[in-house]
Amino acid sequence: MRTHSRWTPWLYLAPALVLIGGLLVYPVYELGLISFLEYTQAQVSGGRPTSFQGFGNYAALFGDPQFRDVLVTTVLFAAACVLSTLAVGCALAVLLTRVRALPRLALMAAALGAWATPAVTGSTVWLFLFDPDFGPVDKALTGIGLSGFEGYAWTYDRYSAFALVLLEVVWCSFPFVMVTVYAGIRAVPRAVLEAAALDGASQWRIWRGVTAPMLRPILVVVTIQSVIWDFKVFTQIYVMTNGGGIAGQNLTLNVYAYQKAFASSQYSLGSAIGVVMLLILLAVTLGYLRLLRRQGEEI
Amino acid sequence: MSFPRVRRPWRLAAEAAAVLTAAVVAFPLYWMVLSAVKPAGEVQSEDPRPWTSQPSLDAFRRVFGQQDFARYFLNSLLVAGTVVMVSAVVAFLAATAVTRFRFRFRTTLLVMFLVAQMVPVEALTIPLFFLLRDAGQTVPGIGLNTLGSLILPHIAFSLPFAIWMLRGFVRAVPEALEEAAYLDGAGRSRFLWQILFPLVFPGLVATSVFSFISTWNDFLFAKSFIVSATENSTLPMALLVFFKDEGNDWGGIMAASTVMTVPVLVFFVLVQRRLVSGLGGAVKD
Repeated sequence: MRTHSRWTPWLYLAPALVLIGGLLVYPVYELGLISFLEYTQAQVSGGRPTSFQGFGNYAALFGDPQFRDVLVTTVLFAAACVLSTLAVGCALAVLLTRVRALPRLALMAAALGAWATPAVTGSTVWLFLFDPDFGPVDKALTGIGLSGFEGYAWTYDRYSAFALVLLEVVWCSFPFVMVTVYAGIRAVPRAVLEAAALDGASQWRIWRGVTAPMLRPILVVVTIQSVIWDFKVFTQIYVMTNGGGIAGQNLTLNVYAYQKAFASSQYSLGSAIGVVMLLILLAVTLGYLRLLRRQGEEI
Repeated sequence: MSFPRVRRPWRLAAEAAAVLTAAVVAFPLYWMVLSAVKPAGEVQSEDPRPWTSQPSLDAFRRVFGQQDFARYFLNSLLVAGTVVMVSAVVAFLAATAVTRFRFRFRTTLLVMFLVAQMVPVEALTIPLFFLLRDAGQTVPGIGLNTLGSLILPHIAFSLPFAIWMLRGFVRAVPEALEEAAYLDGAGRSRFLWQILFPLVFPGLVATSVFSFISTWNDFLFAKSFIVSATENSTLPMALLVFFKDEGNDWGGIMAASTVMTVPVLVFFVLVQRRLVSGLGGAVKD
Protein backbone atom coordinates (compact mmCIF):
# COMPACT_ATOMS: atom_id res chain seq x y z
CA MET A 1 0.00 0.00 0.00
CA ARG A 2 2.74 2.41 0.99
CA THR A 3 4.23 3.86 -2.13
CA HIS A 4 7.61 4.97 -0.98
CA SER A 5 8.58 7.07 -3.91
CA ARG A 6 12.02 8.62 -3.88
CA TRP A 7 10.47 11.89 -4.89
CA THR A 8 7.82 12.26 -2.19
CA PRO A 9 10.00 14.23 0.27
CA TRP A 10 11.09 16.56 -2.51
CA LEU A 11 7.47 17.08 -3.48
CA TYR A 12 6.72 18.15 0.10
CA LEU A 13 9.79 20.35 0.16
CA ALA A 14 9.15 21.98 -3.20
CA PRO A 15 7.05 25.00 -2.12
CA ALA A 16 9.43 25.83 0.72
CA LEU A 17 12.50 25.46 -1.45
CA VAL A 18 11.05 27.58 -4.25
CA LEU A 19 10.14 30.39 -1.84
CA ILE A 20 13.40 30.28 0.10
CA GLY A 21 15.42 29.90 -3.08
CA GLY A 22 13.75 32.77 -4.88
CA LEU A 23 13.40 35.27 -2.07
CA LEU A 24 16.29 34.42 0.23
CA VAL A 25 19.08 32.55 -1.51
CA TYR A 26 18.87 34.41 -4.80
CA PRO A 27 18.80 37.85 -3.12
CA VAL A 28 21.91 36.86 -1.13
CA TYR A 29 23.62 36.12 -4.45
CA GLU A 30 22.35 39.43 -5.87
CA LEU A 31 23.59 41.25 -2.79
CA GLY A 32 27.06 39.85 -3.32
CA LEU A 33 26.91 40.68 -7.01
CA ILE A 34 25.82 44.31 -6.53
CA SER A 35 28.57 44.80 -3.96
CA PHE A 36 31.13 44.19 -6.71
CA LEU A 37 29.51 46.55 -9.22
CA GLU A 38 29.23 50.27 -9.61
CA TYR A 39 25.53 50.66 -8.97
CA THR A 40 24.08 54.11 -8.32
CA GLN A 41 21.06 56.02 -9.55
CA ALA A 42 22.61 56.35 -13.01
CA GLN A 43 22.87 52.58 -13.45
CA VAL A 44 19.46 51.88 -11.93
CA SER A 45 17.71 54.17 -14.37
CA GLY A 46 19.73 52.71 -17.24
CA GLY A 47 21.51 55.98 -17.97
CA ARG A 48 24.94 54.43 -17.64
CA PRO A 49 26.12 50.83 -17.99
CA THR A 50 27.08 48.93 -14.86
CA SER A 51 30.74 48.26 -14.47
CA PHE A 52 32.61 45.67 -12.47
CA GLN A 53 34.55 47.16 -9.60
CA GLY A 54 36.20 44.11 -8.04
CA PHE A 55 36.85 44.86 -4.41
CA GLY A 56 36.72 48.58 -5.12
CA ASN A 57 33.56 49.14 -3.04
CA TYR A 58 35.05 47.25 -0.10
CA ALA A 59 38.28 49.23 -0.38
CA ALA A 60 36.26 52.46 -0.38
CA LEU A 61 34.27 51.23 2.61
CA PHE A 62 37.20 50.23 4.79
CA GLY A 63 39.05 53.39 3.78
CA ASP A 64 36.16 55.44 5.12
CA PRO A 65 36.69 56.38 8.79
CA GLN A 66 32.93 56.74 9.30
CA PHE A 67 32.35 53.12 8.27
CA ARG A 68 35.07 51.87 10.62
CA ASP A 69 33.54 53.91 13.40
CA VAL A 70 30.04 52.55 12.68
CA LEU A 71 31.40 48.98 12.59
CA VAL A 72 33.07 49.31 16.00
CA THR A 73 30.01 51.08 17.42
CA THR A 74 27.71 48.32 16.18
CA VAL A 75 29.82 45.58 17.77
CA LEU A 76 30.07 47.44 21.09
CA PHE A 77 26.39 48.37 21.14
CA ALA A 78 25.32 44.80 20.32
CA ALA A 79 27.64 43.45 23.02
CA ALA A 80 26.20 45.85 25.59
CA CYS A 81 22.65 44.86 24.59
CA VAL A 82 23.40 41.12 24.73
CA LEU A 83 25.11 41.30 28.12
CA SER A 84 22.37 43.45 29.67
CA THR A 85 19.59 41.29 28.20
CA LEU A 86 21.18 38.06 29.44
CA ALA A 87 21.91 39.48 32.90
CA VAL A 88 18.38 40.80 33.37
CA GLY A 89 16.72 37.74 31.82
CA CYS A 90 18.69 35.17 33.84
CA ALA A 91 18.37 37.09 37.12
CA LEU A 92 14.61 37.34 36.71
CA ALA A 93 14.35 33.66 35.71
CA VAL A 94 16.04 32.70 38.98
CA LEU A 95 13.79 35.14 40.83
CA LEU A 96 10.75 33.46 39.28
CA THR A 97 11.74 30.13 40.84
CA ARG A 98 11.82 31.67 44.33
CA VAL A 99 8.35 33.21 44.46
CA ARG A 100 4.79 31.94 44.80
CA ALA A 101 2.31 31.74 41.97
CA LEU A 102 0.79 35.22 42.16
CA PRO A 103 3.95 37.36 41.94
CA ARG A 104 5.23 34.95 39.30
CA LEU A 105 2.10 35.45 37.24
CA ALA A 106 2.43 39.24 37.55
CA LEU A 107 6.01 39.23 36.33
CA MET A 108 5.26 36.74 33.55
CA ALA A 109 2.31 38.79 32.33
CA ALA A 110 4.29 42.04 32.33
CA ALA A 111 7.16 40.36 30.49
CA LEU A 112 4.85 38.84 27.87
CA GLY A 113 3.39 42.31 27.32
CA ALA A 114 6.83 43.77 26.70
CA TRP A 115 7.72 40.83 24.45
CA ALA A 116 4.60 41.23 22.36
CA THR A 117 5.01 44.97 21.86
CA PRO A 118 6.03 45.75 18.27
CA ALA A 119 9.45 47.38 17.93
CA VAL A 120 7.92 50.48 16.36
CA THR A 121 5.43 51.14 19.14
CA GLY A 122 7.96 50.18 21.82
CA SER A 123 10.26 52.81 20.35
CA THR A 124 7.60 55.52 20.25
CA VAL A 125 6.52 54.80 23.83
CA TRP A 126 10.05 54.87 25.25
CA LEU A 127 10.73 58.03 23.29
CA PHE A 128 7.68 59.59 24.89
CA LEU A 129 8.64 58.39 28.38
CA PHE A 130 11.99 60.17 28.01
CA ASP A 131 10.62 63.22 26.21
CA PRO A 132 12.30 66.38 27.57
CA ASP A 133 9.06 68.39 27.67
CA PHE A 134 6.24 65.98 28.43
CA GLY A 135 7.89 62.74 29.54
CA PRO A 136 7.52 61.42 33.10
CA VAL A 137 11.10 60.15 33.45
CA ASP A 138 12.88 63.51 33.38
CA LYS A 139 10.26 64.87 35.76
CA ALA A 140 10.72 61.94 38.13
CA LEU A 141 14.51 62.22 38.04
CA THR A 142 14.29 65.96 38.71
CA GLY A 143 11.79 65.20 41.46
CA ILE A 144 14.23 63.03 43.38
CA GLY A 145 16.83 65.79 43.33
CA LEU A 146 18.78 65.11 40.13
CA SER A 147 18.22 68.62 38.79
CA GLY A 148 20.57 67.98 35.86
CA PHE A 149 17.78 66.00 34.20
CA GLU A 150 15.34 68.91 34.05
CA GLY A 151 14.30 69.06 30.40
CA TYR A 152 17.21 66.77 29.48
CA ALA A 153 17.06 65.79 25.80
CA TRP A 154 18.24 62.17 25.74
CA THR A 155 18.54 61.90 21.98
CA TYR A 156 20.91 64.89 21.59
CA ASP A 157 23.90 63.28 23.22
CA ARG A 158 25.41 60.26 21.51
CA TYR A 159 25.79 58.11 24.59
CA SER A 160 22.51 58.95 26.26
CA ALA A 161 20.73 58.25 22.95
CA PHE A 162 22.41 54.85 22.76
CA ALA A 163 21.51 54.24 26.41
CA LEU A 164 17.86 55.01 25.65
CA VAL A 165 17.82 52.60 22.70
CA LEU A 166 19.57 49.99 24.84
CA LEU A 167 16.89 50.29 27.52
CA GLU A 168 14.16 49.71 24.95
CA VAL A 169 16.01 46.77 23.38
CA VAL A 170 16.57 45.12 26.77
CA TRP A 171 12.94 45.77 27.72
CA CYS A 172 11.57 43.98 24.68
CA SER A 173 14.12 41.16 24.47
CA PHE A 174 14.75 40.06 28.07
CA PRO A 175 11.36 38.21 28.24
CA PHE A 176 12.52 35.62 25.69
CA VAL A 177 15.62 34.91 27.80
CA MET A 178 13.66 34.90 31.05
CA VAL A 179 10.91 32.53 29.85
CA THR A 180 13.34 30.15 28.17
CA VAL A 181 15.80 29.98 31.07
CA TYR A 182 12.93 29.63 33.55
CA ALA A 183 11.56 26.70 31.53
CA GLY A 184 15.05 25.24 31.57
CA ILE A 185 15.40 25.52 35.34
CA ARG A 186 11.98 23.96 35.79
CA ALA A 187 13.02 21.05 33.59
CA VAL A 188 15.79 20.05 36.01
CA PRO A 189 14.40 16.90 37.69
CA ARG A 190 13.39 17.55 41.25
CA ALA A 191 14.71 14.22 42.47
CA VAL A 192 18.23 15.20 41.44
CA LEU A 193 18.03 18.44 43.40
CA GLU A 194 16.63 16.73 46.47
CA ALA A 195 19.30 14.05 46.32
CA ALA A 196 21.97 16.74 46.18
CA ALA A 197 20.36 18.57 49.10
CA LEU A 198 20.19 15.34 51.13
CA ASP A 199 23.87 14.79 50.49
CA GLY A 200 24.43 18.10 52.23
CA ALA A 201 25.27 20.23 49.19
CA SER A 202 24.76 23.97 49.67
CA GLN A 203 22.44 25.97 47.41
CA TRP A 204 25.46 27.43 45.62
CA ARG A 205 27.01 24.00 45.16
CA ILE A 206 23.72 22.64 43.75
CA TRP A 207 23.62 25.55 41.32
CA ARG A 208 27.23 25.09 40.23
CA GLY A 209 27.20 21.31 40.13
CA VAL A 210 23.70 20.44 38.91
CA THR A 211 21.57 23.28 37.59
CA ALA A 212 24.16 25.28 35.64
CA PRO A 213 25.53 22.34 33.60
CA MET A 214 22.00 21.28 32.69
CA LEU A 215 21.20 24.84 31.61
CA ARG A 216 24.25 25.25 29.41
CA PRO A 217 22.60 24.22 26.09
CA ILE A 218 19.74 26.63 26.73
CA LEU A 219 22.12 29.43 27.62
CA VAL A 220 23.98 28.85 24.37
CA VAL A 221 20.73 29.13 22.41
CA VAL A 222 19.55 32.34 24.07
CA THR A 223 23.00 33.92 23.80
CA ILE A 224 23.28 33.21 20.09
CA GLN A 225 19.72 34.40 19.45
CA SER A 226 20.42 37.59 21.35
CA VAL A 227 23.65 38.23 19.44
CA ILE A 228 21.82 37.80 16.16
CA TRP A 229 18.89 40.02 17.13
CA ASP A 230 20.89 42.78 18.75
CA PHE A 231 23.43 42.95 15.98
CA LYS A 232 20.60 43.66 13.53
CA VAL A 233 18.70 46.29 15.52
CA PHE A 234 17.18 48.63 12.96
CA THR A 235 13.73 49.88 13.91
CA GLN A 236 14.64 51.15 17.36
CA ILE A 237 17.63 53.12 16.12
CA TYR A 238 15.73 54.43 13.12
CA VAL A 239 12.64 55.56 15.03
CA MET A 240 14.22 56.73 18.29
CA THR A 241 17.19 58.61 16.85
CA ASN A 242 15.31 59.68 13.74
CA GLY A 243 17.35 57.72 11.19
CA GLY A 244 20.72 57.49 12.92
CA GLY A 245 20.99 60.46 15.24
CA ILE A 246 22.34 63.97 14.82
CA ALA A 247 25.05 63.92 12.14
CA GLY A 248 24.84 60.14 12.11
CA GLN A 249 26.18 59.78 15.65
CA ASN A 250 23.90 56.80 16.41
CA LEU A 251 24.33 54.87 13.18
CA THR A 252 24.65 51.09 13.32
CA LEU A 253 25.55 48.92 10.33
CA ASN A 254 21.97 48.16 9.37
CA VAL A 255 20.81 51.77 9.43
CA TYR A 256 24.02 52.87 7.73
CA ALA A 257 23.50 50.40 4.88
CA TYR A 258 19.90 51.57 4.50
CA GLN A 259 20.88 55.23 4.42
CA LYS A 260 23.69 54.61 1.93
CA ALA A 261 21.38 52.66 -0.40
CA PHE A 262 18.02 54.37 -0.18
CA ALA A 263 18.86 57.89 0.96
CA SER A 264 21.98 58.49 -1.16
CA SER A 265 21.35 55.87 -3.90
CA GLN A 266 24.74 54.23 -3.39
CA TYR A 267 23.32 50.76 -3.75
CA SER A 268 26.69 49.07 -4.22
CA LEU A 269 28.13 50.53 -1.00
CA GLY A 270 24.95 49.58 0.87
CA SER A 271 25.25 46.04 -0.47
CA ALA A 272 28.91 45.82 0.54
CA ILE A 273 27.91 46.79 4.11
CA GLY A 274 25.23 44.09 3.94
CA VAL A 275 27.83 41.51 2.91
CA VAL A 276 30.06 42.50 5.84
CA MET A 277 27.11 42.00 8.22
CA LEU A 278 26.26 38.69 6.59
CA LEU A 279 29.81 37.42 7.05
CA ILE A 280 29.94 38.47 10.70
CA LEU A 281 26.65 36.71 11.46
CA LEU A 282 27.74 33.66 9.45
CA ALA A 283 30.83 33.39 11.65
CA VAL A 284 28.61 33.54 14.75
CA THR A 285 26.35 30.83 13.29
CA LEU A 286 29.23 28.52 12.48
CA GLY A 287 30.52 28.93 16.01
CA TYR A 288 27.03 28.00 17.23
CA LEU A 289 26.94 24.87 15.07
CA ARG A 290 30.36 23.82 16.40
CA LEU A 291 29.18 24.31 19.97
CA LEU A 292 26.08 22.22 19.28
CA ARG A 293 28.17 19.48 17.74
CA ARG A 294 30.61 19.48 20.65
CA GLN A 295 27.68 18.97 23.00
CA GLY A 296 26.82 15.88 20.98
CA GLU A 297 23.49 17.22 19.73
CA GLU A 298 22.18 15.64 16.60
CA ILE A 299 20.36 17.69 14.00
CA MET B 1 10.53 23.62 41.25
CA SER B 2 10.08 25.04 44.71
CA PHE B 3 13.04 25.37 46.98
CA PRO B 4 11.99 24.03 50.35
CA ARG B 5 14.84 25.71 52.13
CA VAL B 6 14.09 29.30 51.07
CA ARG B 7 13.38 31.09 54.32
CA ARG B 8 10.35 33.26 54.76
CA PRO B 9 11.85 36.77 54.91
CA TRP B 10 13.91 35.99 51.83
CA ARG B 11 10.90 34.75 49.98
CA LEU B 12 8.95 37.89 50.88
CA ALA B 13 11.84 40.04 49.68
CA ALA B 14 11.98 38.05 46.43
CA GLU B 15 8.24 38.45 45.95
CA ALA B 16 8.42 42.18 46.57
CA ALA B 17 11.22 42.41 44.01
CA ALA B 18 9.18 40.39 41.50
CA VAL B 19 6.10 42.58 41.87
CA LEU B 20 8.18 45.77 41.68
CA THR B 21 9.91 44.52 38.52
CA ALA B 22 6.57 43.60 37.01
CA ALA B 23 5.34 47.14 37.66
CA VAL B 24 8.44 48.68 36.05
CA VAL B 25 8.20 46.37 33.02
CA ALA B 26 4.50 47.06 32.58
CA PHE B 27 4.84 50.81 33.08
CA PRO B 28 5.62 51.76 29.45
CA LEU B 29 2.52 49.91 28.25
CA TYR B 30 0.43 51.49 31.00
CA TRP B 31 1.74 54.92 30.05
CA MET B 32 0.98 54.29 26.38
CA VAL B 33 -2.68 53.39 27.03
CA LEU B 34 -3.01 56.18 29.62
CA SER B 35 -1.67 58.81 27.23
CA ALA B 36 -3.97 57.53 24.52
CA VAL B 37 -7.07 58.17 26.66
CA LYS B 38 -5.91 61.42 28.26
CA PRO B 39 -7.42 64.62 26.91
CA ALA B 40 -4.98 66.52 24.68
CA GLY B 41 -4.16 69.16 27.28
CA GLU B 42 -3.00 66.56 29.78
CA VAL B 43 -0.76 64.69 27.35
CA GLN B 44 1.21 67.74 26.27
CA SER B 45 1.53 68.93 29.84
CA GLU B 46 4.59 70.14 31.72
CA ASP B 47 3.33 68.19 34.71
CA PRO B 48 2.63 64.61 33.60
CA ARG B 49 0.46 62.72 36.09
CA PRO B 50 0.14 58.92 36.21
CA TRP B 51 -3.67 59.04 36.09
CA THR B 52 -6.41 60.97 34.36
CA SER B 53 -9.69 62.24 35.68
CA GLN B 54 -11.33 62.77 32.29
CA PRO B 55 -10.64 59.84 30.00
CA SER B 56 -11.53 60.61 26.40
CA LEU B 57 -11.41 58.85 23.07
CA ASP B 58 -10.46 62.03 21.20
CA ALA B 59 -7.03 60.77 20.26
CA PHE B 60 -8.49 57.59 18.77
CA ARG B 61 -11.04 59.63 16.83
CA ARG B 62 -8.24 61.84 15.55
CA VAL B 63 -6.23 58.79 14.50
CA PHE B 64 -9.04 57.08 12.65
CA GLY B 65 -10.39 60.32 11.22
CA GLN B 66 -7.31 62.19 10.14
CA GLN B 67 -5.46 59.45 8.31
CA ASP B 68 -6.50 56.44 6.31
CA PHE B 69 -5.75 54.60 9.48
CA ALA B 70 -8.47 51.96 9.27
CA ARG B 71 -7.21 51.04 5.84
CA TYR B 72 -3.62 50.69 7.06
CA PHE B 73 -4.88 48.52 9.89
CA LEU B 74 -6.68 46.21 7.45
CA ASN B 75 -3.61 46.12 5.21
CA SER B 76 -1.46 45.02 8.15
CA LEU B 77 -4.02 42.41 9.13
CA LEU B 78 -4.27 41.10 5.56
CA VAL B 79 -0.50 40.87 5.10
CA ALA B 80 0.13 39.20 8.48
CA GLY B 81 -2.84 36.84 8.10
CA THR B 82 -1.78 35.66 4.64
CA VAL B 83 1.82 35.16 5.75
CA VAL B 84 0.75 33.13 8.79
CA MET B 85 -1.53 30.81 6.84
CA VAL B 86 0.68 30.22 3.82
CA SER B 87 3.88 29.77 5.79
CA ALA B 88 2.18 27.38 8.22
CA VAL B 89 1.08 25.03 5.43
CA VAL B 90 4.37 25.24 3.52
CA ALA B 91 6.44 24.77 6.68
CA PHE B 92 4.28 21.82 7.75
CA LEU B 93 4.96 20.03 4.45
CA ALA B 94 8.67 20.74 4.61
CA ALA B 95 8.95 19.71 8.27
CA THR B 96 7.18 16.45 7.45
CA ALA B 97 9.64 15.80 4.63
CA VAL B 98 12.73 16.30 6.81
CA THR B 99 11.44 14.30 9.80
CA ARG B 100 9.47 11.42 8.25
CA PHE B 101 11.79 10.60 5.37
CA ARG B 102 15.44 9.70 4.99
CA PHE B 103 16.89 11.00 1.77
CA ARG B 104 20.12 12.36 0.35
CA PHE B 105 21.01 15.94 1.30
CA ARG B 106 18.63 15.82 4.26
CA THR B 107 21.28 17.01 6.74
CA THR B 108 22.55 19.56 4.25
CA LEU B 109 19.05 20.99 3.98
CA LEU B 110 18.67 21.16 7.75
CA VAL B 111 21.94 23.02 8.14
CA MET B 112 20.79 25.34 5.35
CA PHE B 113 17.54 26.09 7.18
CA LEU B 114 19.54 26.88 10.30
CA VAL B 115 21.99 29.13 8.48
CA ALA B 116 19.13 30.84 6.62
CA GLN B 117 17.70 31.98 9.94
CA MET B 118 20.83 33.97 10.59
CA VAL B 119 20.76 35.89 7.32
CA PRO B 120 20.21 39.54 8.20
CA VAL B 121 16.92 40.20 6.46
CA GLU B 122 17.66 43.90 6.54
CA ALA B 123 20.72 43.46 4.34
CA LEU B 124 18.57 41.86 1.65
CA THR B 125 16.35 44.92 1.32
CA ILE B 126 18.49 46.23 -1.54
CA PRO B 127 18.43 43.14 -3.83
CA LEU B 128 14.79 42.45 -2.94
CA PHE B 129 13.89 45.98 -3.94
CA PHE B 130 15.25 45.41 -7.44
CA LEU B 131 13.88 41.86 -7.62
CA LEU B 132 10.36 43.03 -6.78
CA ARG B 133 10.63 45.96 -9.15
CA ASP B 134 11.49 43.61 -12.01
CA ALA B 135 8.96 40.97 -10.97
CA GLY B 136 6.23 43.58 -10.90
CA GLN B 137 6.66 44.11 -14.62
CA THR B 138 5.63 40.56 -15.43
CA VAL B 139 3.39 39.69 -12.46
CA PRO B 140 1.51 42.84 -11.42
CA GLY B 141 0.43 41.58 -7.96
CA ILE B 142 3.90 41.26 -6.45
CA GLY B 143 5.72 44.36 -7.67
CA LEU B 144 6.74 47.35 -5.58
CA ASN B 145 3.88 49.31 -4.01
CA THR B 146 1.66 46.22 -3.73
CA LEU B 147 0.77 44.21 -0.64
CA GLY B 148 2.22 41.18 -2.42
CA SER B 149 5.67 42.77 -2.17
CA LEU B 150 5.33 42.60 1.61
CA ILE B 151 3.67 39.18 1.78
CA LEU B 152 6.09 37.15 -0.35
CA PRO B 153 9.39 38.10 1.34
CA HIS B 154 7.86 37.64 4.79
CA ILE B 155 6.68 34.12 3.91
CA ALA B 156 10.15 33.23 2.70
CA PHE B 157 11.87 34.67 5.76
CA SER B 158 9.56 33.03 8.27
CA LEU B 159 9.96 29.56 6.72
CA PRO B 160 13.43 28.48 7.95
CA PHE B 161 12.58 29.11 11.61
CA ALA B 162 9.08 27.64 11.25
CA ILE B 163 10.42 24.44 9.68
CA TRP B 164 13.14 24.19 12.32
CA MET B 165 10.64 24.58 15.12
CA LEU B 166 7.95 22.31 13.66
CA ARG B 167 10.32 19.36 13.37
CA GLY B 168 9.93 18.59 17.04
CA PHE B 169 6.15 18.53 16.80
CA VAL B 170 6.07 16.31 13.71
CA ARG B 171 8.59 13.92 15.25
CA ALA B 172 6.45 13.60 18.38
CA VAL B 173 3.69 11.89 16.39
CA PRO B 174 4.45 8.15 16.69
CA GLU B 175 5.48 6.24 13.58
CA ALA B 176 3.11 3.46 14.60
CA LEU B 177 0.20 5.78 13.95
CA GLU B 178 1.37 6.22 10.38
CA GLU B 179 1.68 2.47 9.86
CA ALA B 180 -1.78 1.92 11.34
CA ALA B 181 -3.28 4.54 9.03
CA TYR B 182 -1.80 2.90 5.96
CA LEU B 183 -2.96 -0.54 7.11
CA ASP B 184 -6.45 0.89 7.44
CA GLY B 185 -6.22 1.93 3.84
CA ALA B 186 -5.55 5.63 4.17
CA GLY B 187 -3.53 7.15 1.34
CA ARG B 188 -0.53 9.36 1.81
CA SER B 189 -2.36 12.63 1.40
CA ARG B 190 -5.20 11.46 3.62
CA PHE B 191 -2.72 10.65 6.39
CA LEU B 192 -0.97 13.96 5.86
CA TRP B 193 -3.98 16.27 6.04
CA GLN B 194 -6.50 14.39 8.17
CA ILE B 195 -4.24 12.74 10.75
CA LEU B 196 -0.85 14.43 10.91
CA PHE B 197 -2.00 18.02 10.34
CA PRO B 198 -4.52 18.13 13.24
CA LEU B 199 -1.98 16.48 15.56
CA VAL B 200 0.71 19.03 14.71
CA PHE B 201 -1.70 21.96 14.87
CA PRO B 202 -0.67 23.16 18.37
CA GLY B 203 2.87 23.38 17.10
CA LEU B 204 1.69 25.34 14.08
CA VAL B 205 0.02 27.84 16.39
CA ALA B 206 3.21 28.32 18.40
CA THR B 207 5.19 28.77 15.21
CA SER B 208 2.70 31.16 13.70
CA VAL B 209 3.20 33.57 16.60
CA PHE B 210 6.67 34.27 15.30
CA SER B 211 5.67 34.77 11.69
CA PHE B 212 2.72 36.93 12.73
CA ILE B 213 4.82 39.15 14.96
CA SER B 214 7.73 39.58 12.58
CA THR B 215 5.31 40.49 9.79
CA TRP B 216 3.04 42.72 11.85
CA ASN B 217 6.03 44.56 13.32
CA ASP B 218 7.94 44.93 10.10
CA PHE B 219 9.05 48.46 9.52
CA LEU B 220 11.89 48.24 7.03
CA PHE B 221 10.12 46.43 4.16
CA ALA B 222 6.99 48.50 4.67
CA LYS B 223 9.11 51.61 4.40
CA SER B 224 11.21 50.49 1.44
CA PHE B 225 8.83 48.56 -0.82
CA ILE B 226 5.72 50.74 -0.58
CA VAL B 227 7.36 53.66 -2.33
CA SER B 228 4.49 55.84 -3.41
CA ALA B 229 1.20 53.91 -3.14
CA THR B 230 0.22 55.09 0.34
CA GLU B 231 -3.11 53.25 0.07
CA ASN B 232 -1.02 50.08 0.49
CA SER B 233 0.90 51.30 3.54
CA THR B 234 0.85 49.29 6.74
CA LEU B 235 0.55 50.46 10.34
CA PRO B 236 4.20 51.28 11.17
CA MET B 237 4.30 53.87 8.43
CA ALA B 238 0.97 55.34 9.48
CA LEU B 239 2.32 55.80 12.98
CA LEU B 240 5.20 57.98 11.87
CA VAL B 241 2.81 60.46 10.28
CA PHE B 242 2.09 61.84 13.73
CA PHE B 243 5.74 62.85 14.22
CA LYS B 244 5.85 66.39 12.99
CA ASP B 245 8.58 68.99 12.79
CA GLU B 246 6.42 71.60 14.50
CA GLY B 247 5.82 69.31 17.49
CA ASN B 248 4.77 65.69 17.79
CA ASP B 249 1.13 64.82 18.36
CA TRP B 250 1.93 62.51 21.28
CA GLY B 251 -1.70 61.73 22.02
CA GLY B 252 -2.17 60.56 18.43
CA ILE B 253 1.09 58.60 18.47
CA MET B 254 0.13 56.83 21.68
CA ALA B 255 -3.38 56.05 20.43
CA ALA B 256 -2.01 54.68 17.15
CA SER B 257 0.60 52.69 19.07
CA THR B 258 -2.14 51.23 21.24
CA VAL B 259 -4.13 50.19 18.19
CA MET B 260 -1.04 48.54 16.75
CA THR B 261 -0.03 46.78 19.98
CA VAL B 262 -3.39 45.38 21.06
CA PRO B 263 -3.82 42.72 18.32
CA VAL B 264 -0.38 41.31 19.11
CA LEU B 265 -1.15 41.28 22.83
CA VAL B 266 -4.42 39.45 22.20
CA PHE B 267 -2.67 36.95 19.96
CA PHE B 268 0.01 36.42 22.60
CA VAL B 269 -2.43 35.85 25.42
CA LEU B 270 -4.34 33.34 23.31
CA VAL B 271 -1.32 31.23 22.52
CA GLN B 272 1.07 31.90 25.40
CA ARG B 273 0.74 28.44 26.93
CA ARG B 274 1.56 26.77 23.65
CA LEU B 275 4.27 29.32 23.04
CA VAL B 276 6.17 28.44 26.19
CA SER B 277 5.88 24.69 25.68
CA GLY B 278 6.66 25.07 21.99
CA LEU B 279 9.78 27.05 22.81
CA GLY B 280 10.81 24.41 25.30
CA GLY B 281 10.51 21.82 22.56
CA ALA B 282 12.47 23.89 20.08
CA VAL B 283 15.22 24.56 22.58
CA LYS B 284 15.59 20.95 23.63
CA ASP B 285 15.91 19.76 20.05
